[in-house]
Amino acid sequence: MKPVIELRDVTFGYTHHPVLKKIDLHLHPGQLAAVVGPSGAGKTSLLKLILGTLQPVRGSVKMNVQQHSKQQSDRLARRVAYVPQVDTIDWNFPVTVEEVVLMGRIRNASIWPWPSRADREQMAGVLQQLEIDALAKDHISDLSGGQQQRVFLARALMAEPDLLVLDEPTSGVDMKTAESMLHLLLHLNQNGMTILMTTHDLNLAAAHVPWVICLNQEIIAQGAPEEIFTSEILNQTYQSDMMVMRQDGMIFVHQRPHSHTLREVIPDPVLGHLPDAHSVIEKVMQPNVKPLKKKNGRPITDESPARI
Amino acid sequence: MNILLEPLQFEFFRNGVIAAVLAGGLCGLIGVYIVLRSMSYIGHGLAHAIFGGAVVSYVLQWNFYLGAGLWGFISALLINQTARRTKINADAAIGIVTTASFAIGVALISRYRSFTRSFDAALFGNILGVTANDIWVMLGVSVAIAITIFFLYKQLLFTTFDAEVAQVYGVSTPWIETIFALLLAAALIASLQILGVTLIAAALVIPAITARLLTDSFHRIILMSTAFGALTGLLGLYISFYADVASGASIVLTQSAFFVIALTITATQKQFARRMIHTHV
Repeated sequence: MKPVIELRDVTFGYTHHPVLKKIDLHLHPGQLAAVVGPSGAGKTSLLKLILGTLQPVRGSVKMNVQQHSKQQSDRLARRVAYVPQVDTIDWNFPVTVEEVVLMGRIRNASIWPWPSRADREQMAGVLQQLEIDALAKDHISDLSGGQQQRVFLARALMAEPDLLVLDEPTSGVDMKTAESMLHLLLHLNQNGMTILMTTHDLNLAAAHVPWVICLNQEIIAQGAPEEIFTSEILNQTYQSDMMVMRQDGMIFVHQRPHSHTLREVIPDPVLGHLPDAHSVIEKVMQPNVKPLKKKNGRPITDESPARI
Repeated sequence: MNILLEPLQFEFFRNGVIAAVLAGGLCGLIGVYIVLRSMSYIGHGLAHAIFGGAVVSYVLQWNFYLGAGLWGFISALLINQTARRTKINADAAIGIVTTASFAIGVALISRYRSFTRSFDAALFGNILGVTANDIWVMLGVSVAIAITIFFLYKQLLFTTFDAEVAQVYGVSTPWIETIFALLLAAALIASLQILGVTLIAAALVIPAITARLLTDSFHRIILMSTAFGALTGLLGLYISFYADVASGASIVLTQSAFFVIALTITATQKQFARRMIHTHV
């Protein structure tokens, strides 16, 4: 089966600052995949390379068998729909929910400025499916975070895409809304839609996404979460101490508190003088160890004074 | 009633009324896209650039509309491309391209002082200079712009809202940007004589932000802004006639009055809504 997306040896970046290096990535029809990685790892750039709004410095980005080219924009538009990060939206822009959702029909739209009957019927169906039909006349800033995400998903669905690309679809929403968004995406995927998304939420990805790509400028690992969500791979991806727990077939990922910031805030020479700063943190994390106390303004542990 | 009919006996006023309504409506229509792209300063800058183009056309004895139009179109494209392809922001790009163009005009004026007086009208607007020929040009430009926006409404809306995503969905954004630059240059040239270089920016911005205060829907903003622009053009011209002030200034002051009224209405509505919430809580 031909991959929907095929990236070969793709490097992208600005002068003296590579954002992505030697990316090899295939996404097959019907796949649901999530790209995870820390901020600045190049997740959004990767999506934009796939969408054709950024061009690689080296390597090739293929959609089926044809390379991105200026002439291909029509073809690309028929196949791909994109849900951008909510942070990039101008929420003061004067548009109602239905005006945004109808933008998704632009490829099939009539030449008249008003929507056709077919446009309206399709919009009604999509809004109902996403349970936002009552909000059609509302301004986009009058909605909750979850509703806003659904509006932009509705716009994408109006394009009837084969490939749906979403940038952080669960950011800025509570856990319940994020879960419901993921269930929605799973449902679309079960109906044959290929989906590629980025996310910061490792636990949500572990629980719902069958294929995960760990990215930090280059692809560290990719595969099923149960295979690649290991401390070693995640430490390498996030350059931080990550805890991975497995229980009853479920995976829980957690970043050890302060481990990352301690290393960034305190320079190596100082950190080097600490007798065992890391063990201090690990001990505090244990439930039977008393928390840090302060004595003469200095935090101490039961055993050794930490000169922090 | 006599107040309204009396000035219409003069041909210059009849021409002026038609020109002011067309210029006001046109600037109101184009202004919505300008304001929503956060490029309010572009009208001001491009008008200055076109002034440079007008002087060059005069010196080279080209047709004013053709020379100034081409100059304005190229300036708008240069600004767009500089802002999109370099690290320079749109406001800085506008500053560089348009002031350089204006400086060319000023330099030529100081070299050939003989036509300084006729360019005063271009700076501040003058209805006395509107001829039947100008009216036909304005009418043609207005109809062409209205038809273009009518048929490219969806593409222009998507590009203005989010150009990058619009491209993914199949909108040819470079083409839309080019067409918009052409429309803007044409609208400015058509409106220059009645509004003047220095006041045209206000005519682009004020009707659009007045409409923005009153509605959250894009298609309603387009309709309201065009209507405000045309109405304030008409009222402004009557005020210009009776108060004996420059047409550009009176139109802009009328638009400013509309804006203040809209601001008062929305502020009052918000206060009323807050009181209602307090009462119910």
